[in-house]
Amino acid sequence: MKYAMSDAITITKRQLLQLARIPEVLVFSTIQPVMFVLLFRFVFGGSIATNQPGGYVQLLMPGIFVQTVAFTLASTAIGLAEDMKKGLIDRFRSLPISRGAVVIGRTFGDALLNILVLTVMATAGFAVDWRPTSGAPKIFAAFLFLFMFGYALSWIGIYVGLAVKEARTVQSVGFLVTFPLTFLSNAFAPTTGMPRLLQYFAEWNPVSTMVAACRQLFGLKNQFGATANSWPSQHPLETSLMYMVLLMVIFIPLSIRKYKNTSN
Amino acid sequence: MNSVSADHLVKTYNKGSVRALDDLSLEVAEGTVLSVLGPNGAGKTTTVRILATLLKPDSGKAHVAGIDVIKHPDKVRELIGLSGQYAAVDETLTGWDNLVMFGRLYHLGRQQSIDRANELLERFSLTDSARRPIKTYSGGMRRRLDLAASLIVKPKVLFLDEPTTGLDPRGRMEMWGVIEELVKGGVTLLLTTQYLEEADQLADEIAVIDHGKVIARGTSDALKSQVGGERLEVTVEAAQIAETTKIIERVSGNTAHLDSAIRTISAPVSTGAKALMDVLRALDEAQIHPSDIGLKRPSLDDVFMALTGHVAEEEASEPVRKKRGGKK
Repeated sequence: MKYAMSDAITITKRQLLQLARIPEVLVFSTIQPVMFVLLFRFVFGGSIATNQPGGYVQLLMPGIFVQTVAFTLASTAIGLAEDMKKGLIDRFRSLPISRGAVVIGRTFGDALLNILVLTVMATAGFAVDWRPTSGAPKIFAAFLFLFMFGYALSWIGIYVGLAVKEARTVQSVGFLVTFPLTFLSNAFAPTTGMPRLLQYFAEWNPVSTMVAACRQLFGLKNQFGATANSWPSQHPLETSLMYMVLLMVIFIPLSIRKYKNTSN
Repeated sequence: MNSVSADHLVKTYNKGSVRALDDLSLEVAEGTVLSVLGPNGAGKTTTVRILATLLKPDSGKAHVAGIDVIKHPDKVRELIGLSGQYAAVDETLTGWDNLVMFGRLYHLGRQQSIDRANELLERFSLTDSARRPIKTYSGGMRRRLDLAASLIVKPKVLFLDEPTTGLDPRGRMEMWGVIEELVKGGVTLLLTTQYLEEADQLADEIAVIDHGKVIARGTSDALKSQVGGERLEVTVEAAQIAETTKIIERVSGNTAHLDSAIRTISAPVSTGAKALMDVLRALDEAQIHPSDIGLKRPSLDDVFMALTGHVAEEEASEPVRKKRGGKK
């Protein structure tokens, strides 16, 4: 127990060292979100009519931020599955280190990567006229929300990676989960255009509440909600926070236990 | 004193339909080398994984250095080193990165980890490639680095799971050299292999396993004598096979066996070199000039054949096994 934190940090350092040894990974994991920013900004920006001062990009950026951190689920799962396949996890398991250290270390590594990715995206957004108007403390709070959301999803990723084991399958599962979640939401278009049933889903979808929370924190008017006065649409901050806490309360112990009992 | 003991280990997969280990027991005395020899699928890796705390058996007990593996895995992990097929290093990192990381995970200080990494790289002749990613290493270098990673804290017991599988002959010889050095240093070693000559070369004792059971154990010599003594082998021209067979049978007093594909006649002999000289003399008188002649001690392949009624082959060849098993 004494070494739990330092073991986890050693594992995190290893992940950062990997990035230093193969910088291409880092380049591509930041290029992709930047590409999304530019594509959505210039492809949809002109045709989606909005009464938003500053244009579509103000609504778009929170959506892309949330979508990108949501992919943490897949990247954590893939990284872990690859380590398992290569036998590295077995090596770690034969060492006298704290049981949770390996998975905790990975979630730290992916969280650090998210900080970098969010910074690069914010810069790209700024370059294409994204201008949050709420002032530094609220903007910071929005990024803190995004960071925490990514971290919470990372723990689902740990569970998925350990359960599925095969990196390629994990990748497909990751996309199968994250794509519907991010698109059945208010991230890119208003939910009011969807069939009624999907509207309800979109309304309770944590991606939607996160996007709404971020929009609010970046100083935008809350335009969210299929049915008026529903709880998640009225309280996106609280709902998002509740989701994050819930995910972590469930998946941190579950994933650590899964790690202890998993063997290839 | 036994450093490693496994008592009646049973491990099944797929809800009991596959019995990987079927009441397997073995011991390794302190400071000795036991080689667990068997074909793919015999249960070698499962045995190592249980002893190295990676897997829990369905039933049975296991102890390493007197500590119960199932009850106190954390204590066992402080005493063992594991290297092989399934326990690997980080291929994207350099050799140096890996060893320093593992040093840190064994809770050595930063400087201590660096010193130990340099020391091990030197010892395994990897200093020149220390700063290159492992994925650029040759198979032999990779295995040596993997072995080095398991030696960071001078383990009391070392498990090597198929340390030379997939290596070219040169890589294998290098690896053997490294392992022999370690053994001289007094480590207790349990090594699995599917190479009979490897067990012969490295181990004090051999446990032959098949279908999750130990089917024989003893020193290499003891196992060989269990199969029978030496054989005399003579290779001649096709035209001379009949006469040569007569000579061999007369000298040995046993029925000779002909392998017609390689024109080699062989028979068990009890008088060793004398039989060889007698046969040579008789052949000379008959003006037969063998292209090859010699005394052969039985190989461990012969041991496997004698013990199981089939050659050491992979689990996949199930129908063949059943057919041959029927002859027993």
